Amino acid sequence: MSLRSPLGRVRGLGSAKEGVSHWWHQRLTALFLIPLVLWFVVSLLSVVHADHEGLKAWLARPLNAGLLVTFLGTTFFHAKLGLQVVIEDYVHTELVKLGALVAMNLVVLVLAATSVISVLRIAFGG
Amino acid sequence: MAEFKLPANSIVGKGKTYHAPAGAKRVRNFQIYRWNPDNGENPRIDTYEIDLDACGPMVLDALIKIKNEVDATLTFRRSCREGICGSCAMNIDGTNTLACTKAIDEVEGDVKINPLPHMPVIKDLVPDLTHFYAQYASIKPWLQTVTPAPERERLQSKEDRAKLDGLYECILCASCSTSCPSYWWNGERYLGPAILLQAYRWIIDSRDEFTGERLDDLEDPFRLYRCHTIMNCSRTCPKGLNPAKAIAEIKRLMIERR
Repeated sequence: MSLRSPLGRVRGLGSAKEGVSHWWHQRLTALFLIPLVLWFVVSLLSVVHADHEGLKAWLARPLNAGLLVTFLGTTFFHAKLGLQVVIEDYVHTELVKLGALVAMNLVVLVLAATSVISVLRIAFGG
Repeated sequence: MAEFKLPANSIVGKGKTYHAPAGAKRVRNFQIYRWNPDNGENPRIDTYEIDLDACGPMVLDALIKIKNEVDATLTFRRSCREGICGSCAMNIDGTNTLACTKAIDEVEGDVKINPLPHMPVIKDLVPDLTHFYAQYASIKPWLQTVTPAPERERLQSKEDRAKLDGLYECILCASCSTSCPSYWWNGERYLGPAILLQAYRWIIDSRDEFTGERLDDLEDPFRLYRCHTIMNCSRTCPKGLNPAKAIAEIKRLMIERR
């Protein structure tokens, strides 16, 4: 039981003075993803019958590689922002929440780095 | 984790049925949530058969009739009976609204009445709104200025006054906040639609000089940004207001001042 006043509880630790960037970046990445996803789907359809060499040649073009890296980066950043909100919404034990956020960030970072490096390796003729 | 299942002592059982007097022609069942903190029992749903020919048109009329004529132990808040005090906010037919302005006719089948969702219950249909009111106090819902108080009224143009329309009408009945899942899961820190609409009411008041400080206090991942725009608030508001729009406007101002 706490004898703290209701207003004291609400005022709590005060405002974190952040949250705007998170909100803005989530909206911005969502907006970026509309054309990027369209481009990705249309591109995939155009190379769907290509063999391995043909696909590598398509990927090695700077514009394609650049767009794909942008698409991957934006997707994983957007996913990180979204998953962060899910964890903050539903996990209420501070220690578990912190652990889940750290683990989620690590997983997303590794996935993003791996996928971007894969594209670059092909683009640079690996 | 968020609790998706009711704890064992909150599981709602079946209660008593109070039959309508013999000869009643237009009978409606009112299924009402009952919980008494004093007897240690789980909550239950009591059924009251009410003769609509001997009852006023609104859900509140039926509740008052039950309390006066059938079961004096039924506990609920009410005062103005005309949608201006906000006391009789409760969940009727699955939607948070005011019992005094909700017509019995609008409900099809049995009329199911529960207290406002996800609030601690004091008794029957009476929720504990202490935290909600403390959140209201935390946004300093009064005019704040740096300029010393003038000799006469503080003037406001007609256009600036018009900006308060759709905001000043809020009666703080808590229907919107208690319909919001984000407020259910994170109500300790998230201010909820009602309080954010009230905060916006002071943020856009042309006479207030603490706009920046007000935004500072709201700039928080939990206080403001738990709103995920699902719009339950605007759908349920018994006064037809749009808290979701007010929250969107606050978010817009946050971007504008970056």
